[in-house]
Amino acid sequence: MKRRTFVKQLALSVAIASIGMSSTSLYAQQKTVKVGVLHSLSGTMAISETVLKDVALMAFEEINAKGGVMGAKIEPVVVDPASNWPLFAEKARQLLSQDKVAATFGCWTSVSRKSVLPVFEELNGLLYYPVQYEGEEISKNVFYTGAAPNQQAIPAVEYLMSKDGGNAKRWVLLGTDYVYPRTTNKILRAFLKSKGVAEADILEEYTPFGHSDYQTIIAKIKKFAAEGKRTAVVSTINGDSNVPFYKELGNQGLKATDVPVVAFSVGEEELRGVDTKPLVGHLAAWNYFMSIKAPANDEFVKKWNAYAKAKNIAGHKDKPLTNDPMEATYIGIYMWKQAVEKAKSFDVAKVSAAMGGQSFKAPSGITSTMDAKNHHLHKAVFIGEIKADGQFNVVWKTKGPVKAQPWSPFIAGNEKKIDAPALMAAKK
Amino acid sequence: MRRLLVLLCLLAAGRAWALDPAAVGRLAFGDGDERIAAIGALLASGEPRVTEVLQAFAAGELQTAGERVLIVRGEEGFDAASGQRVAPLPPEREDVVANNRLRSAAQAALASLKLLAPERAARLEAARALSGSVDPATAPLLRKALEVEGDGEIRALLAMAVASLDLASDDRATRLAAIRMLGESSNAAVQPLLAAAVKDPDAEIRSAAKLSLIEVEGRLKWGEILGLLFAGVSLGSILMLAALGLAITYGLMGVINMAHGELIMIGAYTAYVVQNAFRSMGLFEWYLLAAVPASFAVAALVGMLLERSVIRWLYGRPLETLLATWGISLVLIQGVRTLFGAQNVPVENPAWVSGGIAVMSNLTLPWNRIAIIVFAAAVLAAIGLLLARTRLGLFVRGVTQNREMASCVGVPTARVDTLAFGLGAGLAGLAGCALSQIGNVGPDLGQGYIVDSFLVVVFGGVGQLGGTVYAALMLGFANKFLEAWSGAVIAKIVVLVFIVFFIQSRPQGLFALKGRAA
Repeated sequence: MKRRTFVKQLALSVAIASIGMSSTSLYAQQKTVKVGVLHSLSGTMAISETVLKDVALMAFEEINAKGGVMGAKIEPVVVDPASNWPLFAEKARQLLSQDKVAATFGCWTSVSRKSVLPVFEELNGLLYYPVQYEGEEISKNVFYTGAAPNQQAIPAVEYLMSKDGGNAKRWVLLGTDYVYPRTTNKILRAFLKSKGVAEADILEEYTPFGHSDYQTIIAKIKKFAAEGKRTAVVSTINGDSNVPFYKELGNQGLKATDVPVVAFSVGEEELRGVDTKPLVGHLAAWNYFMSIKAPANDEFVKKWNAYAKAKNIAGHKDKPLTNDPMEATYIGIYMWKQAVEKAKSFDVAKVSAAMGGQSFKAPSGITSTMDAKNHHLHKAVFIGEIKADGQFNVVWKTKGPVKAQPWSPFIAGNEKKIDAPALMAAKK
Repeated sequence: MRRLLVLLCLLAAGRAWALDPAAVGRLAFGDGDERIAAIGALLASGEPRVTEVLQAFAAGELQTAGERVLIVRGEEGFDAASGQRVAPLPPEREDVVANNRLRSAAQAALASLKLLAPERAARLEAARALSGSVDPATAPLLRKALEVEGDGEIRALLAMAVASLDLASDDRATRLAAIRMLGESSNAAVQPLLAAAVKDPDAEIRSAAKLSLIEVEGRLKWGEILGLLFAGVSLGSILMLAALGLAITYGLMGVINMAHGELIMIGAYTAYVVQNAFRSMGLFEWYLLAAVPASFAVAALVGMLLERSVIRWLYGRPLETLLATWGISLVLIQGVRTLFGAQNVPVENPAWVSGGIAVMSNLTLPWNRIAIIVFAAAVLAAIGLLLARTRLGLFVRGVTQNREMASCVGVPTARVDTLAFGLGAGLAGLAGCALSQIGNVGPDLGQGYIVDSFLVVVFGGVGQLGGTVYAALMLGFANKFLEAWSGAVIAKIVVLVFIVFFIQSRPQGLFALKGRAA
């Protein structure tokens, strides 16, 4: 008997609780908007992408605390495509057709973006892509908040050619073997040739994904550097291969004052766990550094510190770090909010139209503007030298924001391509 | 004696004299060219405090507060020009950022100052630093230092540096002498200088330069070849360490252990945990000494647990073992991911395995790789002794060769299996500890080594420890020589294709087990 009454009571209380819950969720449903987060939380890319999911959730929390987007609370739908490229497409389809998200923030590697692109175009979704990439793409359904090659690679090479950068005359283009480094190096090769660098003064080298033994590569760089004038290395090595590369660089005594290495995929996060003392002076080119002194950045870093501690984010709770793709994610989310409020609608076409010309006071200290036509951000370019504590000293920056050129003029055939998805569609 | 006098004069000038505040100001606030000029002006002033200011500048300790230039170390601040303590520090300060160009100018200036230091070591270091590329601005100091230098080794270095300056001289005889002098150098930096001289219009200079260049290139070639050999041995030793454990579990016991890579990963994570414990105790420099036995013990324990709970039920069923151990490997990866997070964890090298030893100007051998080669040799010797000389080794060999017979004569085969598997797992743990010193430590660490480990064991011949060693070294050399010739991507493919064909024509591997059964 006793047990039965207990069960009854339990059932009753559950029923009451569920009524209470459904009533609140009913109330909430009237004023929520679903937003997708499509980043790998497991597998090889988890190293870089997990933190982008966290920073996105932080931005949503902030926006919700201030009343949400047009009065609607953001309800994030976080999925894990597990560093598996076909799974990216599957999860994107789920987000768009099942969860009916208003916008999606996600992807890191170019191959994952290429695999979700057809899904977003077919189901007319909206993707915000926060990582620097090789260009050669433009879609009405994607907004690119990371850098195009002319906002990262080319300024970096120009800096190394300048007197302050060390007057480099010979170039090693070193990368991981996939589409981003190959395309970037193709652009750089054409750019270097246009500046009068001879074919014999360029050495191009690739290593497989996850390569961990850089002895021969470093020996090759040393030999190449000894054969002639000032040499610089442009590294598009991606992912955790950078750790053994930089360890070997330090141990073999190749100093930045002899042969500087400029990297496009190495930031604060990648240098975590590397002894940076032998690497002082090697460079990275980004549109944001954690060490940038600007009120907007101080605030961003402070918020992230507090959030990482509150949510107990592994690694960041002890040593919080911010980096460029995190900043790009943050900008993307706020710009989407502004565009929605301008369009007064969550409709993809209307938000897209309202995105052009949106501007946001970015943590990098400049006001970043979305180009009126080409779906890319105008960004300032910074070049930083690694400090002994793993942060970067900004040694050079552009005077103001630079417009993105997704179709690089250094790739043949791009002259005819139009720098705007709307016009491209019309041409088709 | 003269050096001492110079130094005494400098010292006598002493503390009382402050640096020119204008020059210090230009160093802190000027643009690139102004700051280079400021370094030159400071150097020319000959004040003893120049060293301190330039060192602070190169180390990023210089800060500005309004118009003032300060040297800030921790909470202490000094005025850069006068050297007087500034307390309290002004709250609003900006870092003076030195880029590579400025830092190398400051370092060259510092080196040229040290050329007159009383300690031999400091002068030697300075001479080494200057022997590569010589800035014409330091020429007078260099010549003066060469005049007063008494030590033979330092003199030789200085003479080389002066010779590379003389190469640009107007006097033909001086140039010729310089070219001949540089021919004796083994410094890679003189190569481009001589290569430029080879294009000289003067025939005699041209031929002398050609001769010198050939000599230098010959010496550098040796450095390259030795470097390549070292890289091969280093990769070979890593492959051997990774495969040695598998040579026992797969080679001797016949267990296809797909979780071998994860045992390596567990060893690496043990090193990480030990590192953190030692760091909190303030004994960071010595954590490796404890990490080695700890990673062996932890991995061996996990291995024995696996053997007792799963693998012993599957002896003689290779397909099931393969699937079960593969499942275990996934469980272990996810377990570590839950425990430590998906991110790689930082394992830092203690100072004694950081950096490298410069054998020649173009050949630097990193200490961590040397340490791993020595470690691999020690592990190999220990395991060889264990198998050949101990009772456990005898039992393992007995059980491998004829299980029934061993059992009949009273060998506890089940226990021997557990211990042997534990030994294999422990070796994997040791490999993990070694790998933590050169690569990434993350949950996926093992995945990168499992294929290589199987390749080495199969290539060397299943059931043969000796074969594993030869195979590891051969693959190491092959990989490195191909890499130098064709790049890393092609090298990997060529090696794999070679092994496929090799195994097809010789399935038993390099060394076949010769016995009545085979």
